[in-house]
Amino acid sequence: MSEVNHFRRVVLWWLLATVIATPLVVFVAAPGLPPGNGTVESSGQVVDNTVLLGLSTPVATAVLVYFIYALVAFREREPAAVLDGPPIRGHSTIQIWWLIVTSAIVLFLAGYGSIRMLDDGSGGGQGPNPIASPEGANHALQVQVIAQQWKFDYRWPAYGGVETPTLELPANRLIEFHVTSLDVIHSFWAYQLAVKADANPGVDNIAFVTTKGPMVFNIHCAELCGVWHGYMFEKGRVVPPAQFSSWIAAQQKQFAPATKNLGPYEKRYFPAPQRRA
Amino acid sequence: MTSIAISAGRQPAWRRFLGFNLLTGIVLAVVGWLIGDWIGGLIHAPSLDYFKVGTGENDIGIMLGYLFGVIGFLVGLGFANYPVRRLLGHPPTLAEHESEGEGVGRYFRLCTDHKVVAIQYIIGIGVFFLVGGINAMLIRTELLQPNVHAFGANQYLTLVGMHGAMMMGIMTSGVLGPFANWLVPLMIGTRRMAFPRVESFTFWLLMAAGVVLITTIFMGGFQTGWTGYQPLGDQGTAGYDAYIGFFALVGLSMCLLGFNLLATIITMRAPGMTWTRLPIFVWSVFATAILMLLAAPMLIAALLMGGLDRTIQTAFYVAGNGGSAYLYQNLFWVFGHPEVYIVAIPGFGIVLELLPVFARKPLWGYRLAVAGMLGVALLSFFVWQHHLFVSGINADLRPFYMLSTELISLPTGFTFLCAMGTLWRGRIRFTVPMLFCLAWAFNFLIGGLSGVLLSDVPSDVTTHGSFFSMAHFHYTIMGGLVFTVFAAIYYWGPKMTGFNFNERLAKIHFWTMFIAFNSTFAPLFALGFLGMPRRVVTYPANLQPLNDWVSVSAFCLGLSMLVFLVNLIWSMLFKREPAAANPWNSKSAEWQLPTPVPVHDFDRFPVFDPDPYPYGVEPATGPALSPAGAGS
Amino acid sequence: MTSAAKRTVGTLVGVVAVCVLIGLYIGLYLTNVPGSAAAVRTSSGEQLYLATVPAAALNDPHNTWVSYYAVNANSGNWRHVTTYTMPAHSLVHMTIYEYDTQTGLRNPFIAQATGTVGGTFTMNGKPVQAVDPATASHIFAIPEIGVSVPLPGPDSSAKNLCSNAPCSLSNAHVTISFTFRTPGRGLYRWQCFVPCALGFINGVGGPMATVGYMDGYIKVV
Repeated sequence: MSEVNHFRRVVLWWLLATVIATPLVVFVAAPGLPPGNGTVESSGQVVDNTVLLGLSTPVATAVLVYFIYALVAFREREPAAVLDGPPIRGHSTIQIWWLIVTSAIVLFLAGYGSIRMLDDGSGGGQGPNPIASPEGANHALQVQVIAQQWKFDYRWPAYGGVETPTLELPANRLIEFHVTSLDVIHSFWAYQLAVKADANPGVDNIAFVTTKGPMVFNIHCAELCGVWHGYMFEKGRVVPPAQFSSWIAAQQKQFAPATKNLGPYEKRYFPAPQRRA
Repeated sequence: MTSIAISAGRQPAWRRFLGFNLLTGIVLAVVGWLIGDWIGGLIHAPSLDYFKVGTGENDIGIMLGYLFGVIGFLVGLGFANYPVRRLLGHPPTLAEHESEGEGVGRYFRLCTDHKVVAIQYIIGIGVFFLVGGINAMLIRTELLQPNVHAFGANQYLTLVGMHGAMMMGIMTSGVLGPFANWLVPLMIGTRRMAFPRVESFTFWLLMAAGVVLITTIFMGGFQTGWTGYQPLGDQGTAGYDAYIGFFALVGLSMCLLGFNLLATIITMRAPGMTWTRLPIFVWSVFATAILMLLAAPMLIAALLMGGLDRTIQTAFYVAGNGGSAYLYQNLFWVFGHPEVYIVAIPGFGIVLELLPVFARKPLWGYRLAVAGMLGVALLSFFVWQHHLFVSGINADLRPFYMLSTELISLPTGFTFLCAMGTLWRGRIRFTVPMLFCLAWAFNFLIGGLSGVLLSDVPSDVTTHGSFFSMAHFHYTIMGGLVFTVFAAIYYWGPKMTGFNFNERLAKIHFWTMFIAFNSTFAPLFALGFLGMPRRVVTYPANLQPLNDWVSVSAFCLGLSMLVFLVNLIWSMLFKREPAAANPWNSKSAEWQLPTPVPVHDFDRFPVFDPDPYPYGVEPATGPALSPAGAGS
Repeated sequence: MTSAAKRTVGTLVGVVAVCVLIGLYIGLYLTNVPGSAAAVRTSSGEQLYLATVPAAALNDPHNTWVSYYAVNANSGNWRHVTTYTMPAHSLVHMTIYEYDTQTGLRNPFIAQATGTVGGTFTMNGKPVQAVDPATASHIFAIPEIGVSVPLPGPDSSAKNLCSNAPCSLSNAHVTISFTFRTPGRGLYRWQCFVPCALGFINGVGGPMATVGYMDGYIKVV
């Protein structure tokens, strides 16, 4: 029996699998991944997912190809006799290269993720002092998301502090969400906008998103907040700016009686009762 | 108590039920509950204005009831005997050890034989695994339809919470309880654990914890999931008191279990069993034990503050009163992230311990494997805030936590490399334990790679708190821990019980479980990507086909567990085919002992081969372990 | 008895016991849902009478918890149910007798009614759009269809306050009525938004978080 160069064969199989699988993942599967291309941030997340999955694919094929190859090539062919394999206890070159390659991948991932995140915040909640704000954040449209058990309300400091039970946003505009809660921890997840920010009691959690064209998006609560957590689900809309102006004007008119009752706009609220009623 | 040492052979049946045993424990638990409730009433009644007026419940009484109930349970089992006797000046003994000769009865009382405790652990954890699994089936029943149809919102959340808490609380000791307690003394060459009473104590504490959690259904359940976030938990009814009691007891049990194993591994190794000769499984236990010892106190502290908030009206977690909801999240995940590695590392150990046997080769890269486990253990303390990436706390530290989280894939990768190297040019045998180990590699690969998306902040914004993360941790915990636990059961089970499993049923179990597992959890990645948050009882109607697929697969997964249960009962209770001393031709120490393993393991100091995995070489000093007394 | 027979019997008993326990768990705890009350057809549409009380009936397992009741206005029959059935795409007139005293709102915004016909409701017969947030005692809201109506309660200094259900019309109360249009068929949740759960943190929890007290379902058929 001629000696087979198993190592070369594994590498060749891996190259073959990688050459087939990686383009499939990068060009076919990943671009269709959520959260879609509705906003600048969601497009950014799709790019991010594509890079991560594109890098993961060769790793996955390496491990899978190796296991399949090993299980086939090194299976016991004479099960009756109990024979041992060669006593190989390690291979320092392979170990060192494994360490180098995995370290390089990990450092690249962390660096890439940090740069992407610091670019525009990627739609995530950043607390009261965002370190990653997109350009033009000074002129962003501020929307306060007030979570309570179990619904979201929206308050508009730029429109006389009116509060609305539904959410509509103007297209092609930088939005600055201020997410806060009146009771327990919720999480404001506008799925197609690619925004997720926890609503903590007594905390102003800021998240940015730049809308593109008109669309409908889902809003969920993404942190277990009690019995009706699963029902904290509604639809919001991104509409053309003119339509938004008339919508907000109509809301101001409709909710004029309620606006009178509201306290001044604040970044966070501590309504009574805090402890025992 | 000398009564324990008396042979029960000639006593009438009723007499055997008297004494310090489970029955007495249950009776004293009820008595303790009543005492605690009464004291709680004494504290509560005069201060109604201050404590919760109008809730109709007395949390102080309930908490004290649980406390005194558990104390009563442990006293009834006999845990107070030794300390009391020592305080009264009696000399130290290990009298409980003698209960060995009492037949089945020894499984229902304090027993200091590490092999008995291990069997107790397997059965006890198995019962609660069954409870958790049934809850999972019921969760999937509710999710068959997009809106509430079977159980309703309150009950659904209690199901979710009980499933998570059972699995993450009780199953945390799923390897260290049964297998480390059974194997570590044999592998390092000692007759017992460093603290045999503590060993038994951790088991009975865990059982008490499980029962405390089940009582939540009589108290209105809890609606917080297994994470028990505050201040939502503070709002809960008495069912949340059960959650606090449960997890605090689990934390104490874990802490002591880890401490006992650490002490055993450090101080009780046989002469010649140096650190570099330890089987890799013992190293994984060592790394896990460090995590258990250091992480569990965080959990206990977090729950203690939650309990104080609920009972005597402190405000640790109340934002408006100077507390912070972040505090609980931080404390919980400082425990919670090491916790998931407490669950994962023993799986690494089992896989790396079994692969050499079934590839018939020494472990490849022993030192690298050890470094991997210790590295995971160390790093796991520095990653917890990736659970709070979108919470708004420490936003500027997110790059650090992103890096530390991704760094964990380096030592985890070592485990993979060692597994792969061990297979290289081996003579691989596809036994049932080996199949479970290979399934681990597949599942953990998917689990690990999906973790990359969760560790990356931009991707995490969408996947955080969605079914994607749920699928991720089921791949790592169920695919990682549960599969390796089954590998261990099929591998060491015959040695532990003395009876063989039915191999055909075992293979059916493996293939149904592996296929159903992937069919259940792979679609959950898609559901998460399609925008389904965790722990919801309703979902958009367009997600129903996928959810129904997952539910049906989950039922198949449940059925595959039934196959195992049937195999277990049939093989161990009815067929009772005696197991060979070394059916796998393993060269590890524990297999050189006779089956069943003698009561006192070794009757002289064992002599170990310097090579823990002497495959393909002539042993340097004869067999890996000279059986005790073999030459005399 | 041989040991094999003993084991067989033991195993069978064990299996039966486990099945019984699972059955009890599902039957007694998980599927323990209270009944429902249906809206009554009248000449002008569907009519439903509800009442909100400061505490459930004395024989209730939680007799200190605030709760909704379905009331039969004629017979004075009170039923402790919070699942209400009504036909799809039709007008439902709801009348709620508010016996509980004032608590106030965590978010004053919801002191204004939304989602009702005309955006208003009547309070003791006179139409209003919003109330003083401090006077709100409870809210009746079906968030999925945008219905939210504040229920102002009697002042705590009022005479003859009701303490436990059932109350009578001679007890101090406020009568609120409003009309809304039901959506298509389906199961919707309704809930209260006032922090009315006495003794619980934030006033939420307990009755506010338990279906059957301050929460329930609207079953549109």
